[in-house]
Parts: sequence; structure tokens; C-alpha cells
Amino acid sequence: MPVAIQCHDLRKTYDGKVEAVSGLNLEIETGECFGLLGPNGAGKTTTIEILEGLLEPTSGKVTILGHDWQTNARELREWLGISLQETRLSEKLTVRETIELFSSFYREPRSSDDVLADLQLNEKADAWVGKLSGGQRQRLAVATALVGNPKILFLDEPTTGLDPQSRRQLWDIIRTFQKAGGTVLLTTHYMDEAERLCDRLAIIDHGQLIAEGTPSDLIDRLGGHHVVEFSVTGNSDAAALDGWRALPGVDSVRHDDGLVCLNVREPHRTIPALLDAVHNQGSKLLHLNTRQASLEDVFVRLTGRHLRED
Amino acid sequence: MTVSQQTPPTEHHVIPTPPKRRNGRWSGFAHLLMARMKELKREPEVIFWVFIFPLLLALGLGIAFRNKPADVTSIAIVAGPGADKAMSLLEPRKSSIHAEVLDQSLALQGFRLGKYDLVVEPDANIGFRYHYDPARPESVLSRAEVDAALQAAAGRKDPLPTSAVTSTEPGSRYIDFLIPGLLGMNLMNSGMWGIGFALVDMRQRKLLKRFVATPMRRSDFLMALTSSRLVLMIIEVALLLGFGVLVFHMRVLGSILTILLLGAIGAVAFGGLGLLTASRAQKIESVSGLINLVMMPMWIFSGVFFSYERFPAIVHPLIRALPLTALNDALRATILQGASLASQSGRLLVLVLWGGISFVLALRWFRWT
Repeated sequence: MPVAIQCHDLRKTYDGKVEAVSGLNLEIETGECFGLLGPNGAGKTTTIEILEGLLEPTSGKVTILGHDWQTNARELREWLGISLQETRLSEKLTVRETIELFSSFYREPRSSDDVLADLQLNEKADAWVGKLSGGQRQRLAVATALVGNPKILFLDEPTTGLDPQSRRQLWDIIRTFQKAGGTVLLTTHYMDEAERLCDRLAIIDHGQLIAEGTPSDLIDRLGGHHVVEFSVTGNSDAAALDGWRALPGVDSVRHDDGLVCLNVREPHRTIPALLDAVHNQGSKLLHLNTRQASLEDVFVRLTGRHLRED
Repeated sequence: MTVSQQTPPTEHHVIPTPPKRRNGRWSGFAHLLMARMKELKREPEVIFWVFIFPLLLALGLGIAFRNKPADVTSIAIVAGPGADKAMSLLEPRKSSIHAEVLDQSLALQGFRLGKYDLVVEPDANIGFRYHYDPARPESVLSRAEVDAALQAAAGRKDPLPTSAVTSTEPGSRYIDFLIPGLLGMNLMNSGMWGIGFALVDMRQRKLLKRFVATPMRRSDFLMALTSSRLVLMIIEVALLLGFGVLVFHMRVLGSILTILLLGAIGAVAFGGLGLLTASRAQKIESVSGLINLVMMPMWIFSGVFFSYERFPAIVHPLIRALPLTALNDALRATILQGASLASQSGRLLVLVLWGGISFVLALRWFRWT
């Protein structure tokens, strides 16, 4: 597979102090949906804007479809569709006028009617942008990115703040673009979005790549695919944690929000042993829950923090 | 055996690739200009401030400072022996002197409040004493007029025969002075706000960044913004001049083409200044302050509402170096005296320099993101 987006040792320092991106290497193949996952302030937007040619990196090399921004900016602009994190399009233009405006910038745009139909904006074609709902606005933002018939679609937090139905609609649109041969790079801090949509992921924290792979790869690396969360009466110090780690089938242990979390390969072996241990200690079980491991667990395991810290 | 075939659900992406559309070189410019004009048309505030407000201002000031048919001076005569005599002596000049008899305290109070221009107090030995304010022109005039009337009525003979012809020609009235000034001010306001504010607003909304993320030519964007100003300029000139001609019977001596050319140079010069103020600001609050800071001196000094000749002569060269002064002077000379563009090269140079230098600096500093 030819490489669509490549960056090598990318760094961005603001005002000579704050290092937003520190030494990032990425390689995104043509036809892939690649996700940059990380908490707010991890450097996702800075990274994607450098790749989009909107920010100058402090150092490092960016190659898009074999070209770089210094010599081929004009061509690259024709090939990329970009949706920024938050653009407030002109409120007093209609949806169709907005799409027509953006299509006028490209040499060979798609027809506005097709784009309106693809993004299910037909009914709103003659409504002012100011009258649209959040989901419709976001679809319009993606429409302005798709109207140029791009080879690569860049989406910065495409579904942040949207209701579940609008998010699913956008996911469908992104998948359709990918099925037609397009490459997608998106940033998100929603792990479910990353898990469902992305072929491969890069987890970013403090401007650095801390893990990369397919969603299932990353979860596999946790060891256990299941998580057992519980809390018991009595002490919960480090020694107690060691006790839980010794249970059969447990890969790793951590404290999280007053609960003990076990990463477990075979819950049917671990849980009876856990119940016995609790009984032998003379403590009481206050809470018990088992679930599938998620990217959130991967992130917590890697950084000790949650993706979304509200 | 029959095989029934179901028609597949027709969906847009099943249709084979539609014929390719190709955009020409000026497609982006044309759409940007069209979008800008539509946005302006749909913004009621813009319509009011750009088109209606200057007309209201012209109407209000034109009425307030209209040339009254004849100036009537109001005077008070202090009640007492002699007051009746004063009233009867002034009787023949009733049309220009309005006199009332009052107690001394009331008369002086009215004088202090500006209700009367003059107080006439009969004095013990059949003469009169005038209370007037030498700092108030109407008070000085009133004293001269009342004195002349009293002396003439009392039998004074003028040794030199004189006569007078009155003149209130259009072209020399306050409204004639005002309309070109308002036109200049309007071109400044709408140039600064229409370019400066609009750009920062788009930057704050990240729309500028979104535009430069497309293959849009940046020069097309700036040209479209400037062109929208020129279209508005034509409407502004037509409205204000038309209003002056229809409502105040103003006479326009210069050619329309010259006036429009001047308007275009002014609109572009202030557009450049607007671009400069907008080159860095990230928030509309900060650019608003900046725009007001730039415009404030010109509202005061550039002779919009009154002639800058009232300022000390030593600052006149500075005032004439301001772009709005140059535009106002050129508009007045053209509209009121029919001056040609060629005769105003100095003023045009001032405008071109302001616009040109601002534009070059703005392009150097301008931030699209």
C-alpha cells in the first residue's frame, strides 16, 4: 500500500517553551482510516494542523501523497478535504450556497447536489446555516471538505458535542468515503469512536506517541480482554493489590476511582477465586462488575489517567 | 419458471460517476463576491448603518442648521418708566426684533439662559442701557440691530445712503457643506468596518483558516472583499447625493464619473487601512477599539461637520495629510465647484499613499489563522 501521510520527528514548540508535539513519527497508508486518540491538550490538533499545512512545524518532515508543503501546496490543497475542530461558517448563507462557495475553489469539484444527497442535507439545502442543528452543522462542515473530491479527508474531532444519532450518521459518511478509496485521518477523544471507525490508531499524550496499532492489537497488549472491577471492605493498600494480582488468570491490577480493576484473561476462573479470597479475608464484597476491555483501559494502563477527565 | 428480479434500491452512489465539473480561473472570486454581497444584503444592521444612518444624519443636521428665512432676535425690556417708549420705538422693526417687557430679575435670568440675546433697561435720563455678552455673536448682533433701530426711530439720519441685496443660493448653505463630508465619513466608516471588522470576525470564527485550507487563492479573497466595497460605494454615493438633490435641492456641479472615481479611490484607501487594522487582531473586541482609535481623529479634524479652518493654522498641514481630509476636500471641490480630478493631484496622492502603504504593510503582517 502506498503511503498517504508520513511525518518524521515532528516537533512544534510554542513561544520557545511549550512543546506541543515532541518527536512524532507517523505513517498512514492509502485507504486507511487512521485515528489520533488522546486527551484534550495532548497535541492532536497541533499535529493534524501541521499535517494539513496550516501550521509550520518547528522541525521535522511531512510528506503527503509523496509531496511536501513547501513545494506543492497548491496541488496538495486540491487533494485534501479538511474539517477544522470548530469553524463557524457564515450564518446568513444557505447550506447550498456554502457548498457552492467551497466547490468554486477546486478545479474539479463534485456536484453540489451529490454532496447534499450524500450528507443527507437535501431537506436543509435552502436553510440558512444559522438555523441548523449541531449535527447538521457538523455534516455541512464535512460536506465542505468532501465537495473538492479529496483523496484524503482530515477531520479534527468530528463528533465532539454531537448527539448519538448524529455521531452515527457521521460515522456512516466517513465509512462511505473510505469504501470509495479515500484515506481518513481523524482526531478524537472518544474511545468508542476510535474503536469502531479506525483501522489503526495512534495514542498520543503530551505530544508523544505512546502506542500505535489496530484497536484490537492495542487491547490485546493489555493481556486480558476482560476487566473485573470490584470493591471490598477493609484495607486497599499496595500489599492488598499484590494479593489480587496473585489470583489465577489476572494480568494486571490497578486502583481506579475507589475500585480495584483486574485485567483478566479468563473471568470464569478468576471470579470464583476472587470470591473465595474475599471470604477468607473476612471482608465483604461491596461492588462487582465484569466487562470487555476497551481503549480507555489501554490509555489508563499506559498513562495512569483517563482519556476524558471532566 | 419465472425469475422475479427485484429492482435494487436506487441510491445516489449507485449512479455512475457524473460528468466532471471544471471551474474556471475566476470561479472562486465570483463566488466569494456573490457570497459577500448576499451576506451583506441579509444583515439588517449593515443596511441601517451603511445606507439609512447617513441619510438620517443628513436630514437631521440639514433641518437643524437650515438657513432660517430671517433671523429674529429675542430681547427683553426691563419694566419701568421708559419701557413703553422702547416698545413703541421698536414697533416698526417687529419682523426682526421680538421684544418682551419683564421684571429686571426675570429678564436677566432669561438672558443668562440664552432665551434673550439682549436686555434693554431704560435708564433714569430717558436713555437706555444694554446688557449683552460680547462672547455671544447673536448678542453682539442683537445689540447693534436694536441700537440702530432705536436711534433711527428716534430720528437719527444716516449720512451715507446704502442698500443691500440678499443671497441664499444653493451651494453655499450648511447642507451643501455637510453632504460631501458625510459621504467621505461614510466611505471611511464602511471601509474600516466592512473590511477590518469583517476580516477579524472571520478570523475569530476560524473561517479564514478554513478558507486557506482549500485551494482558494488568497488574492481572490482580498479582491472579492474590495470589490464588494466598491459595489456598496456606488450605492452609498447615489443615495446620499440623490437625497441631497431631491430633499435639499443641492446642486452637483462635478461629473458623476469623477465623483465615482473619487469614491472608489477613497473606498479602496480606507479598505487598505481596514486591512491593516485587521492584520493581527484575534478578537473583534480588540479590532473594534483599534478601528475607533484610527477613525476618531478624523471625525474631529477632517472637516466632516464643520470646516477644519477653525483649528489653528499651524496644524492645517497635519490635518490635510489625513486621508479623510483629502477625501472630503476632494469631494467638496468636485461636487460643489465642479473641480476635475487632475486639479486635485495632491489630495489623490495623500489617499493613494495611505491606502498603498497600509496595503503593503497589511500583506506583510496579515495572519490567516
